Amino acid sequence: MAELAVDKHVKYILAVEKNKDSFESVVMDHLRMNGAYWGLTALDLLGKLDSVNVDEVISWILKCQHESGGFSGNIGHDPHILYTLSAVQVLALFNKLDVLDIDKSIVSSCTSCFAQVSKLDITGLQNEDGSFSGDMWGEVDTRFSYIAICCLSILCCLDKINVEKAVSYILSCKNLDGGFGCTPGGESHAGQIFCCVGALALTGSLHYVDKDLLGWWLCERQVKSGGLNGRPEKLPDVCYSWWVLSSLIMIDRVHWIDKEKLVKFILDCQDMENGGISDRPDDAVDVYHTYFGVAGLSLLNYPGLKAIDPAYALPVDV
Amino acid sequence: MKRSEQDELKYTEDMIYANFSNYSAWHNRSVLLSALFDKKAEGFLLKEKVLPEEYEFIHQAIFTDPDDQSGWFYHLWLLDQTVTTDSPLLASSWPVHGSDVLLVGDRCYNGSAFSPFSALHSDSGSFPIVLYFNQPVGGVNSSTVTVECGFNKNEDLLWKPLSASNSQTARVWVAHLKVPSSDLHSTVEVSVGHTKGIISTRGFEYGHPSMFSFKVHVQPMERDSSQVSVAESISLREENFKVYGKQSEESIIDSFDQLIIKNGHETTASNWRFEALAKEIECFRELLSLVDCKIGKLTLARLLKAYDAMSYPFANKLVHSEEVLELYSDLMKLDPTHYQFYKDERSIVLLQKVTSSKGSLLQHCFQYKDSVSSAICGPICLRLNNLSLSRMGAFEKLLWVQMLDLSHNELQSIEGLEAMQLLSCLSLRNNKLRSLTALEPLRKLKSLRILDISYNQIGDHSIDTTRYVCSSPLSHSVGSELNRDETVTSDVALINNWEAFYIFKDFNLNQLDIVGNTIADEKFKSVLVKIMPKLKQLDGKLLD
Repeated sequence: MAELAVDKHVKYILAVEKNKDSFESVVMDHLRMNGAYWGLTALDLLGKLDSVNVDEVISWILKCQHESGGFSGNIGHDPHILYTLSAVQVLALFNKLDVLDIDKSIVSSCTSCFAQVSKLDITGLQNEDGSFSGDMWGEVDTRFSYIAICCLSILCCLDKINVEKAVSYILSCKNLDGGFGCTPGGESHAGQIFCCVGALALTGSLHYVDKDLLGWWLCERQVKSGGLNGRPEKLPDVCYSWWVLSSLIMIDRVHWIDKEKLVKFILDCQDMENGGISDRPDDAVDVYHTYFGVAGLSLLNYPGLKAIDPAYALPVDV
Repeated sequence: MKRSEQDELKYTEDMIYANFSNYSAWHNRSVLLSALFDKKAEGFLLKEKVLPEEYEFIHQAIFTDPDDQSGWFYHLWLLDQTVTTDSPLLASSWPVHGSDVLLVGDRCYNGSAFSPFSALHSDSGSFPIVLYFNQPVGGVNSSTVTVECGFNKNEDLLWKPLSASNSQTARVWVAHLKVPSSDLHSTVEVSVGHTKGIISTRGFEYGHPSMFSFKVHVQPMERDSSQVSVAESISLREENFKVYGKQSEESIIDSFDQLIIKNGHETTASNWRFEALAKEIECFRELLSLVDCKIGKLTLARLLKAYDAMSYPFANKLVHSEEVLELYSDLMKLDPTHYQFYKDERSIVLLQKVTSSKGSLLQHCFQYKDSVSSAICGPICLRLNNLSLSRMGAFEKLLWVQMLDLSHNELQSIEGLEAMQLLSCLSLRNNKLRSLTALEPLRKLKSLRILDISYNQIGDHSIDTTRYVCSSPLSHSVGSELNRDETVTSDVALINNWEAFYIFKDFNLNQLDIVGNTIADEKFKSVLVKIMPKLKQLDGKLLD
């Protein structure tokens, strides 16, 4: 069975971060903030976060902050809730040296580097019915509910939004198969399920989830090859190894899939020569799938990786 | 222009006929039908007319290609629509209707007139009344549930939901009734739902008002409690047990029949449910005779279980449980990827089978023999060890249990155990519990004094799968008062072991065994002693 080529992946990630002229980099320019989160978290899980220049990253992030407090995907782009979360997550990653335990983090987060970030106005994005918009243009999606809740939770100011309404909006997107959609009545999809289950987990509301029903829907995402798909009769993809897997872990049904087969599938998606992980075996690699592959392996207790938290999507020690 | 639901429904039908492997279409269909049922739209008033057609429709998809998942979830939804009655009902209670509850303060009781199944050892001067509903409900309080007895005022009773976090809805509700310490023989009447207010999470009112009554007898303490020796440790080992004897079998017969409240208001209108299930069972048996497929076996198992569950209050046996157990065993071989899922389902069916008749239940009932004297005393111990159980279930039939032996199984979760409010002694030795947060259900067991979690896997795994299912600071479901508590925040050892702190601080244990878990080193044990100052014995060692 293939093994995780740690060094190759580290090299690949560092190369992507540095290479601003490649085609890939240009195309992904507007979501560089997400890319930073994916790459850096993956490096941390692999135990190699120290290969990066902390100050450089932090100063770049702060340059992406706008007056409203939100962050954009890159310098010169518009702010959006998607990038704001990634920014906060990356900052949390680097502060990990100060965070030895839960209680101290509440204190340190409010004083140090987060002082500037706490001005951001996510609370302004909550709508009347409890849902969240991605930015001032108003698109509503349960992904944004998760992002808002996760972000404010990391910053320990969850009380700044109407949590009850946020939860009831998420529950209005619960489907008859136990899953969740992007809006009420929307079809169940693994990505949306992760966002909704994550948001409910972070607000202590998992008792509203029918764990057995959803658990069966999720465990049936595992196909013969061992990989996980996002919906019935679709192809498996490494990114679902994160979304389906972390959802299963949060509702304590992960034992309903075959973990070993999934590990093998993820390892088969590696590019053993150049590093990186792709969506399925023999496809092109990218940072996004590299992160999800590594995170998935962490959730599966793959030896040598740091443990990651399924709801926050950050290493447990953070 | 908004299309009507009926138009949309036709559209999904067209899409499905074009290609049945269309998950979106099936999903939309279920949403539309749901809305039409709710609205009681014309043509959709009676589920019994609509559902059989839908079953025909979905068969075309499933039977053509049993491996295509698109229709599976739709079929499951149809089954749910067929089986589930909207209104919540009381499924079971403790004490059971017509029983005699004896409250004793000592460990031994003298009353041979009373069945050991309802002799309760209480050192708190009160006992719990437990209500177990068939689905989660809210609104249980002293207005909607009235308890009439000579010695307590109904308004003083506080009903609490047994749920993991701050939720106000739960399947199980409990209130504690205080009893005077003198000799007492009194009748208690509990009326449920005579006033509106008990509502299920789906929004339906409690079905039919029901009532049960029981007698309470208090046996005053014979010995001074301070004389009870500290060295009373209970060890659930083989030699300490004697199978519960055949004497006084008559007195328990009644209590077993009453373990499930007979909601005798099933009208003949529900015959359509039986017919629909019977037809489905036939169809799937036919499918399986042609194709040995996973969805066929799984659906058949579900259908047989549903059929048994619906007929149980009338028949006294679960007719199909052997067949269902075999189906799950087949599935474990046919679809090894999902082995643990089938194992969990199988465990629940096994427990329902064991608890379904007094004969099978009695085989697992033992009486604890005091090793000091050879007198038999103490409550009945239900021994469910060595059954390969990976999950617990059948709680509605286990509310009476005070001593439970679940050792040597494969439990990685004890979800639902919070319903067993009378539990004072529990062994989970040699199981597969992976983290301290998995012990969350035990926090609600106020009577628990003896706990054995030795030889599990606590501390082995870095990924905690029950972290968000229990109340913790990470899920913001624990009050922040504790975060500001000086004694807590200044103690580094407590901070580093915050999981142990949140789980164990509310326990009132006398005896604990944790040896054989990776986490249980000397340092951890000293933290535990700090968290539980009342603990008398840890891993067999007496504490000062």
